Amino acid sequence: MDFSIFGYQFMQNAILTGVLGGIACSIIGVFVVLMHMPFIGVAMSHAAFAGAMLGLWLGFNPLLGAFLVSLLAAAIVGPLADRGELSPDTSVGIIFSLMLGLSFLFIGLMPGTKSSALELLWGSILTNTRGDIILLAIVAAVIVGLVVLFFKEIQATIFNRDMALSVGIPATIILYGILFLTGATITATLRSIGGILIFSLILNPAAAAYQLTYSMKKMFVLSALFGVLSSLIGLFLSYYFDLPSGATIVVTSSIVFLIAVIFSPKRKVKRWQQKPVQENIT
Amino acid sequence: MSDSIISIKDAVVSFREDIALRGVSLEVQSGEFIGIVGPNGAGKTTILTVLNGIGKLRHGRVRVLGQLIGNGNGNGHGLRKRVGYVAQLQNIDPRMPVNVREVVMMGRYGAMGIFHRPGKADWKIVDEMLDLVGMTHLGSRPIGHLSGGEQQRVAIARCLAQKPEILLLDEPTASLDWRAKSDILELVRLIHDTSGLTTLFVTHDLSALPVACDRIVLMKEGLIWSQGTTVTQLTDEKLSVLYDIPVDIVRRRREQEVTA
Repeated sequence: MDFSIFGYQFMQNAILTGVLGGIACSIIGVFVVLMHMPFIGVAMSHAAFAGAMLGLWLGFNPLLGAFLVSLLAAAIVGPLADRGELSPDTSVGIIFSLMLGLSFLFIGLMPGTKSSALELLWGSILTNTRGDIILLAIVAAVIVGLVVLFFKEIQATIFNRDMALSVGIPATIILYGILFLTGATITATLRSIGGILIFSLILNPAAAAYQLTYSMKKMFVLSALFGVLSSLIGLFLSYYFDLPSGATIVVTSSIVFLIAVIFSPKRKVKRWQQKPVQENIT
Repeated sequence: MSDSIISIKDAVVSFREDIALRGVSLEVQSGEFIGIVGPNGAGKTTILTVLNGIGKLRHGRVRVLGQLIGNGNGNGHGLRKRVGYVAQLQNIDPRMPVNVREVVMMGRYGAMGIFHRPGKADWKIVDEMLDLVGMTHLGSRPIGHLSGGEQQRVAIARCLAQKPEILLLDEPTASLDWRAKSDILELVRLIHDTSGLTTLFVTHDLSALPVACDRIVLMKEGLIWSQGTTVTQLTDEKLSVLYDIPVDIVRRRREQEVTA
């Protein structure tokens, strides 16, 4: 086997990015999966992308734009999810498509070449700078730290927001905190994974972990593990077979999910539930 | 007013254009068991949400456990720790990675405070409460695998683990089968009698009312329409007006319920 891969500076950076991004995204994924809001995550990631395009067009830091616009999306989506007054699917769907529309509008308005825009769309884990990695490390550390510190509040909020509120937990603040972290994570991983692909790295590892455990703590750990594994395996495959790194990572994470589904002990639950009740006619 | 544990004066609550409570006043003494009965949309649940500080008061004064509610008086988290709330049966994902003991422990979370982790004393309380509701044997099962009746027992255990002073039960037996319903009603009454709690029990279903409520409050269209003892309130005539059904039909249906 060829181990020259570890010798290159860009590859070391990519591996670090894969580990940190895998952890950050997959922990956010646990919230997204357990709170049944995958569409909110999609809307947020497209909002971040639109913000980055706005930054590129107007000439300020695209990551700042990404962060601000994803916060804006959280401020719109949050109350909808919180009060549940409009069908969240509809409203989030509108925001999602609006953000995608804005992204391409800003790309169209951009003068000159669009290569930097396409880089953020597809991501390129191999061109990461030290600054990108430091930002990602901070975001990943904050997320892990918050989950450890506020595990019980988060657990109760994820389980049932109304119940959490009724026992005296500030569930609304926790919900907004989760949306805020989602925005921050997507922003920090935008350059390496890309606006379009990021969402599968959020959803797949958590969805895989969800198939395998009935413990929320284990689900967080497993999800992070799957996230890191997906990024690293994807990265190596892309290196050895000369494939686009972001896309390979996404496909790898989907395969991890598929394997988890196949080996899921929870599939039995479904079968058991579907079993028709035998009627006692005597 | 003197030793009222709950004092509601002229409470008005509205959601957008719908007025849920139109000026409701109610005094509850410590240790009382009150049944609140009325058709859907009468404002029964809204009263409970006002009491745990989640509902937003438009007008009126509400004092619970000596604490004035609303009017910028804190966010209500402190009060909620002292008021237990059991909602009607929730739809829980069977794959939700939370087990029964963890759900009961969530009742302790508010009182525990931020940054604190459940200690041995907390788990002891959890196990006592599980024992009280007869769910010890299911302690390590995922919560989503339990039947409706079992889930409601766990919800009651969670509520008691909170060590509340007031117990609010919002249609806890809705969508449960007959056996589970009567078991829960017995359990609620037993808990009330042994723990010295003040209990408010909301239901639209007369057969889901625990026996021997100290007081029955009848609600209709956002108002308290009548209140008094079970005997004076749950008459065919009053129920006929409350639910807009002719008296003879009320009588027939109640007879059917007794014989069923």
